[in-house]
Amino acid sequence: MLISCPYCGPRDLSEFSYQGDASRMRPDAASTDIKAWHDYVYNRPNPAGPHREYWQHTAGCRAHLIVTRDTLTHEIHEVTFARAALRAVGGRP
Amino acid sequence: MAERLSPLGAAFRPGMHGGPGAGPGVRLSEVTPPSIMEATAWPGRKGALAEAISAVTGLSLSARPNAGAVSAEASAFSIAPERFLVCGGAELPARLAAAITIETGTVVDLSHGRTALRIAGPRAEWVLSKLFAVDVAPAAFPVAEARATSHHEIFAQIQRTGPDQFDIFVFRSFARAFWTMLCDAAEEVGYEAAG
Repeated sequence: MLISCPYCGPRDLSEFSYQGDASRMRPDAASTDIKAWHDYVYNRPNPAGPHREYWQHTAGCRAHLIVTRDTLTHEIHEVTFARAALRAVGGRP
Repeated sequence: MAERLSPLGAAFRPGMHGGPGAGPGVRLSEVTPPSIMEATAWPGRKGALAEAISAVTGLSLSARPNAGAVSAEASAFSIAPERFLVCGGAELPARLAAAITIETGTVVDLSHGRTALRIAGPRAEWVLSKLFAVDVAPAAFPVAEARATSHHEIFAQIQRTGPDQFDIFVFRSFARAFWTMLCDAAEEVGYEAAG
């Protein structure tokens, strides 16, 4: 599997580390909404198809990335810098 | 400041080794400069950082991904979206720290933490392509450009410093292991280890 790092170009999977599901949004830190926190921590949709994920190019430029990967085919649909994507939604993971 | 010793120790065996016998395919040497620094720009300030480094070192450094520059006195290359590795003389850390303002970014002195190994010669591309999954052909990897990659777990930042010459920066504690492997990889083409 190759991931096209937006800085380095296409590199082997072994240079990257998986950093978790990027499809969920953390509730506000001051929130006491038990259901919102429970959903954030435990509930996963587990889709068969495109999935938004955090990856880090640990053995390259070390940038954090958001990768849209098809969980059935491992096809990579999109790779962007996580910082730019987070800025677009107010800086919250 | 503590005196630096070569980390290669007994693994550094000067002279000619291996090969079919018609001269060395590559020359291997340690070329760790007196100072190595990592300079990091705040988001969106990489251009200003490249200008500050250029002003201090006399290099002509671009903010493009993978860009680098080399002169007789200094070298610098981009290693990440907002980062450069900068090499030069013993006085460079103080001058660079003074030139990079807090509005632009930060600089960290890694002189005692990195080792630079040089592979040069007609078979340098061949030997490197056995070790790293990056395209080292001149069209894909021009002189002065750099790549950040790794050989298994050994992190390596590679700058092409000549048409058939590459400088490989590795963590100092991995330098002896990596040097030994570089020698093994160069055995088939013949190599000369030189100081």
